Amino acid sequence: MFDTGSVPVPAPDLAALRLLGDRVRPLAGAGERTLPVPEALAALLPQGGLVRGTTTATTGVAATSLALALAGPVTAAGSWVAVVGLPRLGLLAASELGVDLERVLLVAEPEPDGWAATVAALLDAVEVVLVRPPRAVTPTVQRRLQARARDRGSVVLQVGGHLGAWAQAPDLVVAAAASAWVGLEPGHGRLQARRVLVEVTGRRGADRPRQGELWLPGPDGAIATVAPSAAPAARPAAAAPPAEIALRDAG
Amino acid sequence: MSAPVPAGADAPTRTLVVHCPDWPVTAAGVSGDEPAIVVRANRVLAASPAARAAGITTGLRRRESQRRCPHVTVLEHDPGRDARAFEPVAAALDAITPRVEVTRPGTLAFATRGPSRYFGGDDALAERTAWMAGGAAGAGVAVHVGVADGAFAALLAAQRAERREEQAVVVPPLASPAFLAPHPVDALGEVLEAPDLVDVLRRLGLRTLAAFADLAPADVLARFGHPGAVAHRLASGLDPRPLDARRPAPDLAATRELDPPADRVELAAFVAKVLADELHARLAADGLACTHVLVQAETGHGEVLARHWRHEGALTAGALADRVRWQLDGWLSGSSTARPTAGISRLTLVPVEVVAARGRQLGFWGGETLVDERVLRAVARVQGTLGLEAVTVPELRGGRGPGERVARVPVAAVDLTAPRPAARPGAITAPWPGRVPAPAPAAVAPDPEPVRVLDAGGRPVGLTGRAEVTAAPASLARAGHAPVALTAWAGPWPVDERWWDPSAHRRRARFQVTTTEGIAHLLTLESGHWSIEATYD
Repeated sequence: MFDTGSVPVPAPDLAALRLLGDRVRPLAGAGERTLPVPEALAALLPQGGLVRGTTTATTGVAATSLALALAGPVTAAGSWVAVVGLPRLGLLAASELGVDLERVLLVAEPEPDGWAATVAALLDAVEVVLVRPPRAVTPTVQRRLQARARDRGSVVLQVGGHLGAWAQAPDLVVAAAASAWVGLEPGHGRLQARRVLVEVTGRRGADRPRQGELWLPGPDGAIATVAPSAAPAARPAAAAPPAEIALRDAG
Repeated sequence: MSAPVPAGADAPTRTLVVHCPDWPVTAAGVSGDEPAIVVRANRVLAASPAARAAGITTGLRRRESQRRCPHVTVLEHDPGRDARAFEPVAAALDAITPRVEVTRPGTLAFATRGPSRYFGGDDALAERTAWMAGGAAGAGVAVHVGVADGAFAALLAAQRAERREEQAVVVPPLASPAFLAPHPVDALGEVLEAPDLVDVLRRLGLRTLAAFADLAPADVLARFGHPGAVAHRLASGLDPRPLDARRPAPDLAATRELDPPADRVELAAFVAKVLADELHARLAADGLACTHVLVQAETGHGEVLARHWRHEGALTAGALADRVRWQLDGWLSGSSTARPTAGISRLTLVPVEVVAARGRQLGFWGGETLVDERVLRAVARVQGTLGLEAVTVPELRGGRGPGERVARVPVAAVDLTAPRPAARPGAITAPWPGRVPAPAPAAVAPDPEPVRVLDAGGRPVGLTGRAEVTAAPASLARAGHAPVALTAWAGPWPVDERWWDPSAHRRRARFQVTTTEGIAHLLTLESGHWSIEATYD
């Protein structure tokens, strides 16, 4: 992220400038320009993370898991995540996908009229707000929320639902185009791991869709990139060895 | 309390403490012979006498107390309710002295110097106070009074009265150090929010206050810092406040007009929060922290309401705002006779006593940060518009289904700035045989959606008495959708829960299925009806 190889400025000057920049930057913008995401997903995002002040949406058959996976590292770093509405959100899954439940605020679904005010208040205080707009968001409201997010350096993350709810399309769409579960057979076995084909499209710097296949979660419970040599997602025969399952339970 | 105090005069002010044991239970309106507990963060905070008789103690886990007393009523902690119910007691004692200081809901204190002379001695004053407070608290509510040098000794005296089932215990003047000496160091936890300190002292072998007080003050300060020094002064029977406690200049008071006047707590609480932040910031700019605050409200009809709140440590902005909100709740939601006749039009916070802020030691792993303050403010704002119960935090619980294993606890019942082990993945150590294995489903339906599961011939799939499927499930039909073919399935995983309780007994079987769309569901079959309990979204 701070690859300065091509910039013709001597290193000491740059360090001094950065120090100065940190000092004059408003408190809200302190820290990085992007929020951390799991390594496997970072490779697919144009900026390598969630850009502060933007809107991201997840869609498809694994929309909720993708959103939780994206929010996980933020909480692990000690920042807060708020959830507005979403009564169906599986919090146990959130915990397994890396979300630190100690850093999660759950807000009951507000009346549609009060939705924007609630989201705005939370954007002020937390890094990521998980939402699913209850109805179409007008251009005025969206501009207000965007301004608030930019000002505070927070991120609006839409979990599933219709992308058309926003007057202006989200900056980034992380879609689960296809998924295949591993471990369940007709009449026996259990769900153990899932391969998800993730497609990332966006408005800024991501006009060319990026694709990649992820374990969400993998046989060891972790989020990882599927090795290119592995057999296609159809139905790999090998189930996870028990030792790895034990590891997941411990972690 | 006023500076400067000459040497040798740091003996504490003679104080009377009124203590209502297990006030949160009383405030919840539980009668004495009914077993009930109030829990905070899954631990017992207070228990009714009947619950105590069944072996429930403070700090016990919720599940363990339900094991000891299965028919116990479990109530969530609500500090607002506690303060609201306590306001009449504090108001009744206004007739004895205008300087009643509420330490926390259930405990209040005042200096005895004037009232004691007026009523003819400490014993007469204690008796009269107990009688008046008992009358205000209502029949059947235990009220105990302690009088000693300093609020700490007086509180322990009131607790001794509780143990002896007496109304009052009066410790003679200058006898407080001797009275304190045999008490265990755990008593410090009653007034200081320093559970770690008490724990360390105990492990160092300092089991009584006398043993702790014997240490040299300089050594205690060097090893435990400022909080340790305060604890040491308390244990020695000295005034806990260092000698530099002083009255602040009056211009430090924060005041705000409310237009239109607020007649509901939610409206006033928002202003209270802003005001508390303002006062805290103003004091912090001078390097001060508040230990004693006067909350003053003026109504549209010119009534003036005032109440003192005191804290042994320094009040943070959040703690200050909480106390103001509780107090406003007490006034605005009180009985019709005590309630002001008009809305509150002006709110003032006067810092009555301040100390030099020694800063709060930040936790080694982050702990209290600026971000947390912002989060607390946002929580207060959302609570102001959506209601107190609207903001919750997740906590892990024991259970089998994915929905049972996480509870949503109102944020009002937990301390967000403190670590919450109940939300960590290792919180549940007990085995739950038959629980749904990981990975957990990411979408859990609050109301399971009824579906039909059909076999290859289109006939409904059922379960035999020996928990075997009547035929292999082949398709899943949701209401209003065409049936979707299943690619794999596993089950049944039968669960027979709470068979000892006819009203809560549930017998069901779970299945995992995957469809041709690549979606996996957790299905439940209960009394012949299938439903989608959760989806692996």
